[in-house]
Amino acid sequence: MSLVHEIDYGTPASLSEKMVTLTIDGNEVTVPEGTSLMRAAMEAGIQVPKLCATDMVDAFGSCRLCLIEIEGRNGTPASCTTPAMEGLVVHTQTKRLKDIRKGVMELYISDHPLDCLTCAANGDCELQDMAGAVGLRDVRYGYEGDNHVFTKADGIANDRWMPKDESNPYFTYDPAKCIVCSRCVRACEEVQGTFALTIEGRGFSSRVSPGMHENFLDSECVSCGACVQACPTATLTEKSVIQIGQPEHSKVTTCAYCGVGCSFKAEMRGEELVRMVPYKDGKANRGHSCVKGRFAYGYSTHKDRILNPMIREKITDPWREVSWDEAYKYVANEFRRLQYQYGRNSVGGITSSRCTNEETYLVQKLVRAGFGNNNVDTCARVCHSPTGYGLKTTFGTSAGTQDFDSVEHTDVVMVIGANPTDGHPVFASRLKKRLRKGAKLIVVDPRRIDLVRSPHVSAAQHLQLRPGTNVAVVTSLAHVVVTEGLFDEKFIRERCDWEEFQDWAAFVSSPEHSPEAIEELTGVNPQTLREAARLFATGGNGAIYYGLGVTEHSQGSTTVMAIANLAMATGNIGRKGVGVNPLRGQNNVQGSCDMGSFPHELPGYRHVSDESTRDIFDKLWGVKIQDEPGLRIPNMLDAAVDGTFKGIYIQGEDILQSDPDTKHVAAGLEAMECVVVHDLFLNETANYAHVFLPGSTFLEKDGTFTNAERRINRVRKVMSPLNGYADWEVTQNLAKAMGLNWNYTHPSQVMDEIAMTTPSFAGVSYELLEKEGSVQWPCNEKAPLGTPIMHIDGFARGKGKFIRTEYVATDERTGPRFPLLLTTGRILSQYNVGAQTRRTDNVMWHEEDRLEIHAHDAENRGIRDGDWVKISSRSGETTLRALITDRVSPGVVYTTFHHPTTQANVITTDFSDWATNCPEYKVTAVQVGASNGPSDWQVQYDEQARQSRRIKILDAAE
Amino acid sequence: MDSESHKTTAEKLVYMANQIATFFHSQPMDEAAAGVAEHINHFWEPRMRQQLFDILEQPDNGLDPLVLEAAKQIRKPGTVSA
Repeated sequence: MSLVHEIDYGTPASLSEKMVTLTIDGNEVTVPEGTSLMRAAMEAGIQVPKLCATDMVDAFGSCRLCLIEIEGRNGTPASCTTPAMEGLVVHTQTKRLKDIRKGVMELYISDHPLDCLTCAANGDCELQDMAGAVGLRDVRYGYEGDNHVFTKADGIANDRWMPKDESNPYFTYDPAKCIVCSRCVRACEEVQGTFALTIEGRGFSSRVSPGMHENFLDSECVSCGACVQACPTATLTEKSVIQIGQPEHSKVTTCAYCGVGCSFKAEMRGEELVRMVPYKDGKANRGHSCVKGRFAYGYSTHKDRILNPMIREKITDPWREVSWDEAYKYVANEFRRLQYQYGRNSVGGITSSRCTNEETYLVQKLVRAGFGNNNVDTCARVCHSPTGYGLKTTFGTSAGTQDFDSVEHTDVVMVIGANPTDGHPVFASRLKKRLRKGAKLIVVDPRRIDLVRSPHVSAAQHLQLRPGTNVAVVTSLAHVVVTEGLFDEKFIRERCDWEEFQDWAAFVSSPEHSPEAIEELTGVNPQTLREAARLFATGGNGAIYYGLGVTEHSQGSTTVMAIANLAMATGNIGRKGVGVNPLRGQNNVQGSCDMGSFPHELPGYRHVSDESTRDIFDKLWGVKIQDEPGLRIPNMLDAAVDGTFKGIYIQGEDILQSDPDTKHVAAGLEAMECVVVHDLFLNETANYAHVFLPGSTFLEKDGTFTNAERRINRVRKVMSPLNGYADWEVTQNLAKAMGLNWNYTHPSQVMDEIAMTTPSFAGVSYELLEKEGSVQWPCNEKAPLGTPIMHIDGFARGKGKFIRTEYVATDERTGPRFPLLLTTGRILSQYNVGAQTRRTDNVMWHEEDRLEIHAHDAENRGIRDGDWVKISSRSGETTLRALITDRVSPGVVYTTFHHPTTQANVITTDFSDWATNCPEYKVTAVQVGASNGPSDWQVQYDEQARQSRRIKILDAAE
Repeated sequence: MDSESHKTTAEKLVYMANQIATFFHSQPMDEAAAGVAEHINHFWEPRMRQQLFDILEQPDNGLDPLVLEAAKQIRKPGTVSA
């Protein structure tokens, strides 16, 4: 094993298709036009000395180290800023160049501390490398620089010297080591797009500065780590490297946070993780990261992790640690007993969108083949199930149409009900990069998200609609497109059913769908809506990106279909730069859906009533799969309350915290006789569990995740599971205890079974993934290397289907008792229910959930910023602290749900999407008032949670 | 159950069936009833369909007329699938 080596070409690749040939140091090189001489040289294997250049950012030409000579030209131009041209003859090493470089290095070193042996960058310092490369042997100017070397001069404090900034929990900024290459400043601008850094001062006393000489934590810095990655010295260094030292080997793996699915190098020393560094060849992230994937992995070794299986007869008992065998036997006996007593369909399972494809596949296999029913569901139920339904109905495939690279070709981006800078930060950075290059942005969101206005990005239109009116707004956009004749007739005639289109066009054209008619309902200015529609239809390549603000509504599926209609009507499907792109929440939510986690579908989205599909699995598994759909999560809970559903195996999901209407979830779980939770921590659901099976982290197992762009990425094991077993092994052992004859010895064999049974995965194997890095399904004979963009020559279902999308107001309405609308969302530093991120230093950015409320509504209620407030709905009430803001309109309040004590889901109701039962998280009628402290429910809940987490200490043997 | 959001399963099923009907009301009339029936056949577990049939037998069951019309095409649990 060794470190995964990545070549730094110094400047970004040129996308030109025209090639030029030149000679560098006697080697003939052919490169795309626009390539820098530095990059051309590197491609020929010649490394020109450099300090300020790195291929993640544009050339800057400031360090004066990469100079070269060109025959027939005067001077010594910088190779990073000089483009390659046909016929050039370049020399990278001449007497003149050597002298200049040595002189430059002397100046750098003359005001740089020489504590190399104890420096954190020792072994990974480009300044040291360059000193070596140019043959620096002495510094004529001495070593006693004024600014960077001495904390004291002549016994008094040196006020030119600046101390370390250690405010960020994950990295330090040591101004003493700064060589002012500006790589960090440019990475923050060009890669991340936050513009948090600048250079302050002049000459030798100039240094990097977050904002106006602030410390990192207080500045606008979002801690994505791009600056740390770019820094050539120890100026910006991961605290983990300072503590542990340089890594000695690394493996490429996939982040286990959001649906972007960034590739990282897990850099190791033995089995200790030194740091996670984004991988440049990662096709989702292209070398970028966010604070979660880059730094927030500390939960994997957190003391709260439970490492031994535990059981208890009653949920009021303390936990009792048992052996794995005892735990498996207990579960198998209980489930068999329940099925004997209450019927075959009285038990079920929930697969995890945090786990690998292989693990998810095995859980649904356990349910279908072991339990003998289809009672399997997954957390996509509460996020993107409407995406699956809506896109399958209109296009024929339950997934997004593009890859993330596609955004580089987009001219108009419409973001609906998503907050990418917080929820999908690495995609947001790629989007912002495109917007800075001139693409236009339309935001449809009740809240003024950061994208609406942030440095060098501003939305052309922000449709600040009232929560719950998506269908009205998107249908009205279509109204404008159709009535103003902006639709793409050629595309529609070729790709869609023309008669269906005409029916739909007549529907959307009716006056009640006009922007003017819906204004009262949606609160959106009709002129703004018309301009947004015109821009989207006529502005070039139009792409729609959407999130849970679309799906988590009573009409979630209808909105997805309305989005698909709009994309088809404007001809924005089937090529680069366009498409319908769901931003999926969890790392493997796409994969868990693909793997047959839904109660009505076998792997590959094939309905259980389809005999030929059942036949494939019947033969392979030697069982008879039921031809009837099973229960969805909310239906399982209803059936539990009714007494017909008694046992559940939950892998890696915390339904008590993440699902709506907490009291109903709790009642359902309480009514069951055997709840098995398989997780890293004693999560909230585990308060109601009878068996706890310890889980493993993504660092501890092999497998694959499938991200929002259908990309199947490898997850690679870099350390042994602390709990002893990867999750797929635990499921397999449980299956064996239930009498199933499973003998997988590696997840690759599970993938082989998936490929054998599922046409869209037919070509996928670990061998292919090893070779290609990743592939996007469908990957089969027709597309041996996968499918970056779907529906190119026609829709998967044949003709694209236009569907009438009538707006129906949700029954969750405001009134005198509950006059405000609550909507929910996420924040950058925390993830979902926070089980992972709350167990990292990310809490420094967000230690509690706050209620965002408009000043107008706050004033009416006598609420000041930071006050404790009670928020109540017809479901329940909770308390949290207020944050007064103008991001939300009057009448709308907003909160996140990352902390269990907040209990935001005590308030959310049981309303759900008509087609999929996806809960309506995004609209709840509430009242807000002043409060003295936690609600009775919060106090009770806290006590109950504390009681139920007791683990019985066994008496020591005499 | 202490608050008004907590309906019985039967109440929820009526609500869900009516929600499905509401969507199909806006679709072309000839497809509407078949659409409701197909949706329920595809996504409702037999227990839920059985409960729906029980509800259908009650007078004033609160079901949308379109659900009543679709009922003929909803598969009775325990019968052989089409």
